[in-house]
Amino acid sequence: MASENPEQIPGGRWRRRHLLGLQELEKEEILFLLDAADGIARRLEAGRELPSLRGLTAVNLFIEPSTRTRVSFELAAKRLGASVLEIDQESSSIRKGETLKDTARNLEAMGADFLVLRHSAAGAPHFLADRVRSSVINAGDGAHEHPTQGLLDLLTIRRRLGRIDGVRVAIVGDILHSRVARSDIWGLRKLGAEVTLVGPRTLLPEVFRRFGVRLSSDLDPILPWAQVMILLRIQHERQREGMFPSLGEYVSLYGLSDARLRRCPPEILLMHPGPVERGVEIESELADGPSSVILDQVTSGVAVRMAVFSELARFHRRDREGM
Amino acid sequence: MSGFYRLSGGRILDPSCGRDEVGDLFVAGGRFVDPVSLPAETSWEWIDASGRIVTPGLIDAHVHLREPGEPQKETIASGTRAAAAGGFTAVVAMPNTRPPADQPNTIGWIRERAREQGVVRVYPTGCLSEGRKGEKLAPLASLRAAGVVALTDDGGCIQDAGLMRRVMEYAAMLDLPILEHCEESSVSAGGVVHEGYWSAVLGLRGWPSLAEELIVSRDILLAELTGARLHCQHLSSAGSVRLVREAKRRGVRVTAEVTPHHLALTDEALADYDTNFKMNPPLGSEADREALREGIVDGTIDFIASDHAPHCSFEKEVEFDRAPFGIVGLETMLAVAAETLVKMKLLDWPGLVARLSTIPARVLGVPGGTLAAGAPADLAVIDPNLQWTVNPQAFLSRSRNTPFAGWEVQGRVMLTMVEGKIVWRL
Repeated sequence: MASENPEQIPGGRWRRRHLLGLQELEKEEILFLLDAADGIARRLEAGRELPSLRGLTAVNLFIEPSTRTRVSFELAAKRLGASVLEIDQESSSIRKGETLKDTARNLEAMGADFLVLRHSAAGAPHFLADRVRSSVINAGDGAHEHPTQGLLDLLTIRRRLGRIDGVRVAIVGDILHSRVARSDIWGLRKLGAEVTLVGPRTLLPEVFRRFGVRLSSDLDPILPWAQVMILLRIQHERQREGMFPSLGEYVSLYGLSDARLRRCPPEILLMHPGPVERGVEIESELADGPSSVILDQVTSGVAVRMAVFSELARFHRRDREGM
Repeated sequence: MSGFYRLSGGRILDPSCGRDEVGDLFVAGGRFVDPVSLPAETSWEWIDASGRIVTPGLIDAHVHLREPGEPQKETIASGTRAAAAGGFTAVVAMPNTRPPADQPNTIGWIRERAREQGVVRVYPTGCLSEGRKGEKLAPLASLRAAGVVALTDDGGCIQDAGLMRRVMEYAAMLDLPILEHCEESSVSAGGVVHEGYWSAVLGLRGWPSLAEELIVSRDILLAELTGARLHCQHLSSAGSVRLVREAKRRGVRVTAEVTPHHLALTDEALADYDTNFKMNPPLGSEADREALREGIVDGTIDFIASDHAPHCSFEKEVEFDRAPFGIVGLETMLAVAAETLVKMKLLDWPGLVARLSTIPARVLGVPGGTLAAGAPADLAVIDPNLQWTVNPQAFLSRSRNTPFAGWEVQGRVMLTMVEGKIVWRL
C-alpha cells in the first residue's frame, strides 16, 4: 500500500498520531507540514497525481456549527479518496445525552481512522486523543486552537512573501476568545515572525505578552509597520458581555477602513479566517480588493488539510497491515 | 469496646502543650490516661510505635460527605472510612448536600447517620442562607440548637453585602464561626481555571484571583464591623494572604485555611486538560503558591483542610468545561502536606501536626487536638518515612478524582483511633 503514496517517507519527520495544536509542535514539524501542503498545492495546480487514502475513513464530528472548515475537511478527504462521514450536533447522539467519550468510541468501533473534531469546549480534542485509537484532528476547540487554520495562514503568507521569518504580522480583534489567534501566534513565533496583537484591553489581556508578542490597544500606529494584517471576527455576544460598548465604537477603533488601508504599506496582505462580517472588521470593498488574500487562505486550507490527512494516515495503514 | 492500649516507643507530639518526646502513651476506657492512676496489674495491649509519630487525631475542617442526596459520590460510611485512613478522627461536613443542610431536621439526620455508620466524628455545618441561595437567612439559631459547629454556604457565596452583614451580626450573636467560600461571582463569571498565563494558553475561561480577594476584603470589613468569627476557606491567591495578614495585624477576628493541592500544585498542571486538576478556587500561579506556603508557615493561614470533594468518574470524564469542580483529599492530605512542607523544610513535624489537629480544633471550637490525660483518645500513628505510591483504586472513598495519582510520597498513617477504638490500621 505504501507504494501508492511515494511521497510518504516511512519513519519520516512526522511522528504524531494526532494534530491537536501548534503550541506543542516543534518548528521543524510545522515546516514539514507546510512543505507537505505546499507540495500538494503544487500537485493540485499542475493536475498531478495525489497521495491516496483509499480505504480510510474520516469522520467530521462537528459539535459546534461550522460551514467553511467542515467543507474544507470534507473536500480534502474526498480528494484523497477517503470515505467521509458527516456528523453534526443535530445528528449525533450527544443531543440525546451521550457523552463525547461514548460518541467517539462508537465511531471508532465503526472504523473511523480520522476524527475531525470541532467543539465549543477547549481541550475536547485532547480528551478524545487520550481515549481513542483514531487520529484526532482539532478543527477548532473553544478559544484554544485551530491548528489547520494556523497552518493555512502560514502557508498563505509563505506562498505570497516567500518566507515567514522576520515578517511583521498584526492580529487585530478579539484575541482573548480567538482560537485562530492562538494558533497563528504559536506558528508565527516559532517560525520567526514578529507579531503585534491589537485590540481593546478587555479582549487583549496583558498576559498575552508572555507569548513573545507585542500588544497595542491602538491600531493606527501599527498600520505602517505591518506586512500582514489578520483581522478576526468579532462576535456580537462580546458586546452583550460588556467587552465593548457598541459595534460602532469597535469599528471606529479597530475596523479596517479605506483610510486606514492607505496608511499601510502598499504590498500589505489582508487576511481573515472567515466568515467575514463586511463593514465590521473590514470595509466591504477591501475584502475583495487587491490586498485581500482571503480566498487564497481558503485554497491553502484544502491543501493543508490534505497534507495533514496524508501524514496521519501512516498510523492507520500500519494498524491495518498489523491485523 | 475500647480496651487498654500502650503505644510504645513512639515520638509523641502534642502541639496543645508543646510535648515532643519519645515515650509511651496510654489509653484506657476511651481516654488518654496516666498509667499511675490505674492499678499496677492492669494488662495493656501493646502497640509498637517505635520509629513512628503519635499525634492527636487529625481534624479536617472542610469535607464534603455528600449525604444526604448523592451516595453515588460518597456516603457518611465511606467518607469517614477514607478519613480514618487519612489519620482523621473528626471531619467537618459541608452543608451543600441534597437537600442542603439548612434545616434542623437535616442536621439531625446527618448526626444520626454518622452515629450509626460513621467511624470518625462528624461535625455538621449549616447553611447561612436558605437553600444556599444567598437570598434569605437560614434559621441559624435552630441550626445551632440542632448541633452545627459552624455556618457556611460553601460552594457558593452570598453576593449581597447587605444580607452578609445581617448574617454576620446574627452569627456573632450565636458565636458560631462563618466558613466563607470567597468568590465574587460577577468576577469569576463562569471561569474554570485561574486567570493567568495558562488560561490564556489553554483558551479556558479565567477565574481571576480578584474574585476571591474582593470577598476576603468585604468580609474582613464586615467581620470588623460585626465582631463575627470569619474563617476564609481554601485561600488560593497571594493577594488574599496579604489581606488576611493585614487584618490579623489589625486585630480582626479572622482565620483562614489552605488545601494541600493549593500548596503543592500550580495552574501549569492544567496543561493536559485533566479534570482532576479542576477545583474551585482554581490552582493559582507560582507566586500564589509561594505566598500560600509563606502564609501557612507564618501563621497567617491557620490550618490545612482538604476540601475533599468526591465526584463520580463518569462526571469527571467529560470535556473540561463540563466537569464538576473538586477533588478528593482525605487519603492524601497528610502525605502531600508532608511532601510539600516538611520535606522542603518549611515546617517541622510538630508544626505540621498542629496545623492538622490542634489549630483547627481551636478555630472551630471542637474537642480534640490534644493527647492530654482525660481527653478522648483520638489519635493517629504516622510513619514519617514510609514511601508509598498514591493509587486511587485503593481509596476507601467512593470516588477517585485525585490529581495525585501515581505520586511517590513519603509519610503514611499506620493507625487511627477514635475514642480508644481502632478505626484504621495499615
